[in-house]
Amino acid sequence: MKVSLKTGKQLIGTSFILPWLLGFAVFTAFPLGYSIFLSFQQVRITPKGIVTDYVGFDNFSYAFTVDTLFTQELLTYLEELFISVPIILVFSLIIGLLLNQNIKFRGLFRTIFFLPVIITSGPVIEELMAQGVTAIPSIEEYAIFNVILNNSESYFNSTIIYLMDNLIFILWFSGVQILIFLAALQKIDRQIYEAAKIDGASSWECFWKVTLPSLSPIIIINVIYTVVTYSIFALNPVVNHIQSNMFQINTGFGYASALSWIYFGVIALVLLIVVGLLTLRTNKKYS
Amino acid sequence: MKRIEVVSQKMPKKHNYRQRIKHLLLGSNVKTGIITHLFIYSLLVGIGFVYLYPMIHMGSYSFMTLEDLLNPLITWLPSQLYLENYETAYRVLNFSSTLGVTLYVTVLPALAQTLVASLIGYGFARFDLPFKRTLFGLVLATFVIPPQVLMIPRYVFFNDLGIIGNIQSFLLPAAFGQGLNSAIFILIFYQFFRMLPKSLEEAAYLDGAGYYKIFIRIAVPMAIPAFIISFLFSFVWYWNETTMAATFFGNTLTTLPLELQRFNVSYEQMNAQNLGGSNVNINEGISMAGTMLSILPLLVVYFITQRWFVEGVDRSGITGE
Repeated sequence: MKVSLKTGKQLIGTSFILPWLLGFAVFTAFPLGYSIFLSFQQVRITPKGIVTDYVGFDNFSYAFTVDTLFTQELLTYLEELFISVPIILVFSLIIGLLLNQNIKFRGLFRTIFFLPVIITSGPVIEELMAQGVTAIPSIEEYAIFNVILNNSESYFNSTIIYLMDNLIFILWFSGVQILIFLAALQKIDRQIYEAAKIDGASSWECFWKVTLPSLSPIIIINVIYTVVTYSIFALNPVVNHIQSNMFQINTGFGYASALSWIYFGVIALVLLIVVGLLTLRTNKKYS
Repeated sequence: MKRIEVVSQKMPKKHNYRQRIKHLLLGSNVKTGIITHLFIYSLLVGIGFVYLYPMIHMGSYSFMTLEDLLNPLITWLPSQLYLENYETAYRVLNFSSTLGVTLYVTVLPALAQTLVASLIGYGFARFDLPFKRTLFGLVLATFVIPPQVLMIPRYVFFNDLGIIGNIQSFLLPAAFGQGLNSAIFILIFYQFFRMLPKSLEEAAYLDGAGYYKIFIRIAVPMAIPAFIISFLFSFVWYWNETTMAATFFGNTLTTLPLELQRFNVSYEQMNAQNLGGSNVNINEGISMAGTMLSILPLLVVYFITQRWFVEGVDRSGITGE
């Protein structure tokens, strides 16, 4: 039987993506399924191999009732995420806008702002944090800062302290986002700006009416990227907690799997809410 | 321009001067003014300094003797060129052999990942596949799955295969498009191949070349930038990965970031064995020198290839559509 031209081409196309299909089945889909299975089991490692006992939702309820450290870390993670992500995004947008101006030494500045992406690994950050250089240098000595701290409520207070102590660390997360914004900014048609300026729009108005709307799909991409990289970074306490539970005798693989699924659920929920809100906003405005 | 001239002619002369000074300083619709320029540069330099501050600190402390570190008058410039911190850190990290292992476990997976991502990206970009949208959606969805979820089952699986502590545990997922951030690289190649004009490939097809031949002879040479970008990013990301490396490599393989993680412990051990020698407790100088050494190879790679890193995102067209 002769294979028709179209099916033949489809077969060849499938052969191109075949590695991914196989890999997805073996290294992603199967582990995902196995991980769900493990999260409902009590796993013991014996010399003969892995022994599992079905325990129902025990692992999950243990995480929320007994393991108070986990819930606390999860809450802190969420809190820090909601502070850091907007800062990273706004900051990288500002840098992107600055670099998009007609300036000298553009290459040099780009090189500097992208440097953290190259060198940032968990241990390096840890060493730098131990040195106290991820905090803004000697900011606590400024009187204004102290006045703000003494006169504010405790929640606001702790936010500010967290920010000041980790600002460089947070800013170091924005390398890739800056580049993505910059690339998108350069794609916006110059003629739109010229038209707007002839109609009498100021640079400020141009930013809100032309630049920001054109960037909205890129903002969503950057939000997803930021949330994901921030969540899976090696120094994240939740990640560490999951990892340390993997090889503990009383908890083990089963409990660690359950924890990782809870974590995944939280990340997915955050992404859904944020991306949903952003798309809703943009659609309402420009439909 | 003509319109502006007409307006200025009508205005009284005094007003015209003021207008011009204002334009010079703050900028007009046509040109950026001096104050705006100053503002932009000072912002860039300021933020640039904040970015570089940890690096400068690292660099200067790594050259300081114990006296310099304790001397409150010395904050930035060490009093002499002191290299002993680096010598100590070099031995603690076991630098040359660790560097070899690190290169081995990062370059190979990065290569495998890049090559496979190009195949997959090409397949999605050029062929009409059944369930293409669903499959591509799945490719992108894998980016969101935290590695922690996959780590345990993969660990059990690799343990059964007997490849824990072996480069295979990094290489195998990478070779099947499931490595570190594979989704991004597939996306880069997908976008890149879609931007290329189809005509050349169609001409080759009419001349009787097969699809595989077209891919190797025509598509790959045109996509060299995408290959370089993907390889570099994947190299850097594999290098900086420690969570997976610590779990999958066990005690048999070690990388520079992992060695940095146990730097203090290794230092104590070395000191304990080295009886009678100079028993200096670890200080900031030594640990900064260790940190510097562990990122030095990356810095070298970055400064040689930085053009590709910073321009890469434009060229790969990741922002298109």
